[in-house]
Amino acid sequence: MFILKLVFKNAFRHRSRALMTVGGVTLAVLAFGLLQTVVHAWYAGAAAASATRLATRNSISLVFPLPVSYREKIKAAPGVTLVAGAAWFGGVYVDEKNFFPNFAVQLDSYLPLFPEFVFDPDERDALLRDRGGCAVGRKLAERFGWKVGDRIPLRGTIYPGNWDLVVRAVYRGANPNVDERQLLFHWDYLNETMRKTAPRRADNVGLFMVGIASPDLAPEVSRAIDETFANSLAETLTETEKAFALGFVAMSDAIIGAVRIVSYLVVAIIMAVAANTMAMTARERLCEYAVFRALGFGSGFLGLMILGESLVIALCGGLAGAWLTFPAARAFAAAMSDFIPVFNVAPETLWIQLALTLAVGLAAAALPALRAGRIGIAEGLRRIA
Amino acid sequence: MSLIRIENIYKSYRRGEEVVPVLQGVSLDIGEGEFLALMGPSGSGKSTLLNLVAGIDTADSGRILHRAVDLTRLSQGELARWRAAHVGFIFQFYNLIPVLTAFENVELPLLLTRLARRERRKHVLAALGVVSLTDRLSHYPSQLSGGQQQRVAIARALVGDPDILVADEPTGDLDRKSAGDVLTLLSRLNLETGKTVVMVTHDPKAAESARRLVHLEKGELLDVHPETGL
Repeated sequence: MFILKLVFKNAFRHRSRALMTVGGVTLAVLAFGLLQTVVHAWYAGAAAASATRLATRNSISLVFPLPVSYREKIKAAPGVTLVAGAAWFGGVYVDEKNFFPNFAVQLDSYLPLFPEFVFDPDERDALLRDRGGCAVGRKLAERFGWKVGDRIPLRGTIYPGNWDLVVRAVYRGANPNVDERQLLFHWDYLNETMRKTAPRRADNVGLFMVGIASPDLAPEVSRAIDETFANSLAETLTETEKAFALGFVAMSDAIIGAVRIVSYLVVAIIMAVAANTMAMTARERLCEYAVFRALGFGSGFLGLMILGESLVIALCGGLAGAWLTFPAARAFAAAMSDFIPVFNVAPETLWIQLALTLAVGLAAAALPALRAGRIGIAEGLRRIA
Repeated sequence: MSLIRIENIYKSYRRGEEVVPVLQGVSLDIGEGEFLALMGPSGSGKSTLLNLVAGIDTADSGRILHRAVDLTRLSQGELARWRAAHVGFIFQFYNLIPVLTAFENVELPLLLTRLARRERRKHVLAALGVVSLTDRLSHYPSQLSGGQQQRVAIARALVGDPDILVADEPTGDLDRKSAGDVLTLLSRLNLETGKTVVMVTHDPKAAESARRLVHLEKGELLDVHPETGL
């Protein structure tokens, strides 16, 4: 008990110095948390991927389409339960700065394939009935103030023309990793229009999402699908949804790697700052430590006292930083919602923040504790005289 | 009977490449219940001798015996336990812990004992009573005068009921009045409780409080006065 009292009193003996160090640790842990959340957000697509979904695309590139007729052949592969074609529509709502992902999909099978998109049953039925209808995510609807029945004009970029869609359903995510900023509408509506305006581009999809009976079947089914279309005009490449999503992440691997390094560098810097503060504190108190030792206290007691002080300061900063990560992440998510749809602080980020906080406390105390334990009593006492 | 016997002690310090001898073959007996003053010019080795007697420094050669215990043969841990049990320290600059109250400062040495909290409180109050500071229990060192701080330090030195009180220039940082009070207190403790006091001082007036005076010069004992009449 006494040592705890001593530790707390000592930790805040120089209030401004202690508060500045606490502030530094807070900022470092907060910055670490945010940067780690950015990294997590980058992988959110992969994290949300289902093990029972595959993605089949043109083997040359995602830019090249696949004939919609492949759907039935894919469905015939053993182990396949559902197949839905999808195309990136890339429509613009009023202004280009209002970016959000919008897809034309075969909704009848796409919705059962993605049970994490949760719908009101009546809205879902209305969506499936209306070819000009669309579904929007909860956050997207909130962003533009859309509600069921509203008309949304989209200006086509990949598919030219003006496209009028009616909001028939608003979905919400079954878990925090689900992107609630998407717009989905009937691929049939897109295809019918294309047949009239650009027939050569009709009857194509960008990719197929394929449901399989069990995750164990993924390699076998992928191979079977790709073999079916081998030596055709549009050969396919089938991979798990996770691998497909990671393919996008891989394009920015270097940036993510840099973000990750910077997040740890921030912690390393604050570790050095905290260690310097503790070293300074210990240097100033060598005489006090000598008094403790003269009275009969061992170097273990001094080590514990210094470690305690260091941990108190690091934990004050670390816990504040971890706590502030949540409002900061919410603010960051609100500001960056167009580019980062899912920005949630992962539980493991908090654990790493806590672990790094403890590491800062331990590392900062190590050298001063060692030094205080080694100093001769007579030498320490001479420091004041 | 000797409480402390110092036999042919040598001690030197290293200053870079140079070896500076501080004590050269010093031998001295300190009797139980003595009040001994160590005097001498700066660098004569008096503080070093005090540190050796108090077990906070180690000699290069020679022996220091406390009753039958040879301090020069004790490990650092054993020496720490010996100090906690037998030595009370009084420093020139009081060396109280600034974040602890007077009560807590005096309680410090008792934390190394097995005394229960209530027992510790009783001892602390008694020690602060001896130095007439029971009305300053919850004052921090910064809220006390120099003289009061030194009295708290004396209470801290006393509280564990040690055999020996070592005092390094205990009046060096005090005004005349406070210095007088402290010296009176040390004399009283020596006379009334039989504590052995070993005091280093520059001040001949302070040395008058001692019952025996030892001069050191250039690391050698010059003169030993058995009983003053200085």
